[in-house]
Amino acid sequence: MPKSQIALTVNGKPVEALVEPRTLLIHFLREQMNLTGSHIGCDTTHCGACTVDLDGKSVKSCTVFAVQLTGSDIRTIEGMANADGTLHALQEGFREMHGLQCGFCTPGMIMRAYRLLQENPSPTEEEIRFGISGNLCRCTGYQNIVKAIQYAAAKLGGVPLQEAAE
Amino acid sequence: MIPGSFAYHRPTSVKEAVGLLGSLGDDARAIAGGHSLIPMMKLRLASPAHLVDLGGIVDLKGIREDGRDVVIGATTTQHELIGSDLLGKKIPILRETSLLIADPQVRYLGTIGGNVANGDPGNDMPAVMICLGASYTVVGKAGERRIAARDFYQGAYFTSLEPGEIVTAVRIPVPVVGHGYAYQKLKRKIGDYATAAAAVVLTISGGKVASCSIGLTNVAETPLWAEQAGKIVTGSTLDAATLKKAADAAEAITSPAADSRGPAAYRTKMAGVMLARALALAKERARA
Repeated sequence: MPKSQIALTVNGKPVEALVEPRTLLIHFLREQMNLTGSHIGCDTTHCGACTVDLDGKSVKSCTVFAVQLTGSDIRTIEGMANADGTLHALQEGFREMHGLQCGFCTPGMIMRAYRLLQENPSPTEEEIRFGISGNLCRCTGYQNIVKAIQYAAAKLGGVPLQEAAE
Repeated sequence: MIPGSFAYHRPTSVKEAVGLLGSLGDDARAIAGGHSLIPMMKLRLASPAHLVDLGGIVDLKGIREDGRDVVIGATTTQHELIGSDLLGKKIPILRETSLLIADPQVRYLGTIGGNVANGDPGNDMPAVMICLGASYTVVGKAGERRIAARDFYQGAYFTSLEPGEIVTAVRIPVPVVGHGYAYQKLKRKIGDYATAAAAVVLTISGGKVASCSIGLTNVAETPLWAEQAGKIVTGSTLDAATLKKAADAAEAITSPAADSRGPAAYRTKMAGVMLARALALAKERARA
């Protein structure tokens, strides 16, 4: 099948590429862009490890074709740290609150939490749990994942870190 | 898992899309949110030679009022349904149902058109549309027609759509102000299809049910309109004896398959339980 030309933005950078129409976004990111932070977990639209931000939506990149994305704006975990190299509040939150064990689900969790906090900057615990219900952690470390997101929400909302960490 | 090869088409109008589907024939599939089709393609249960992406057709997006109806464009996503103030005010059962579909990521891309048109008995919106008396606007080579949701579903993945036709919009008559509603869905976990689910829209007058429509999800090859159960509760105060009779009538029309969600008898029973709960909640929400 002849390749198609796509033009999109990935982590703030304009990208032009040739893709086979059947190339899934996750494979485009990992294999053509060398952005291996987004993980392939279940490959069946369940686990959320491949979650990226696409035009203001959290999507499972194993269930989108790259060829559909001309004109789109994509953000992956590689685009989360601040320009000066310091961590985004969510990344910091996952470190501070021990929000990861094996770490496999973490990029997807962070990208999903990023969009959740964009839409709802001060979610309740229940809203966080419902908001990340499309992301599975096989270490079952949800308690600290929720705390990490609460930490980031507090930090982004200007609440002192001490209080957020309690 | 890598899907089979296909040629990608991105029409910008319904006319162009229908023309492509017509000329490409059986080898072509329309794709909207892709969250039913892409997983099927990855498993090679579907291997279309051509994909016609409806995502570039602006006319298929959006929610608007048209007289006494609300019209929802086919590629409107579940996420957009949840966020719609108009729907929240006029047809709140759509928000309640949407929030029970899949998970947040899937709802950002999954569309109402795909949900109703695919014919998957596990999908939630078809029974709700049957309950609401909705109709689907369908466009094909021969032009446009409307099909009542209650006539649309013929079997599992088998609908009244002719080859080359697409659903372009869902048209819902707005239930009266003060109606009660509920969608009660039993599922094992977030993201699961229903073990059984029931949609109810009713009106209450003088403490009694003045009208009631009921739809059931995933307890037969097609979504079900439980017309008899609706008649049984109409005129009642929804007392325990009537609830039992209505649940019995609903259970009687089910024919679920035994699957990992439980044996057939259990799923049938749960249809009755979901219905009783939905009726009680709808009554509580109705303004007499």
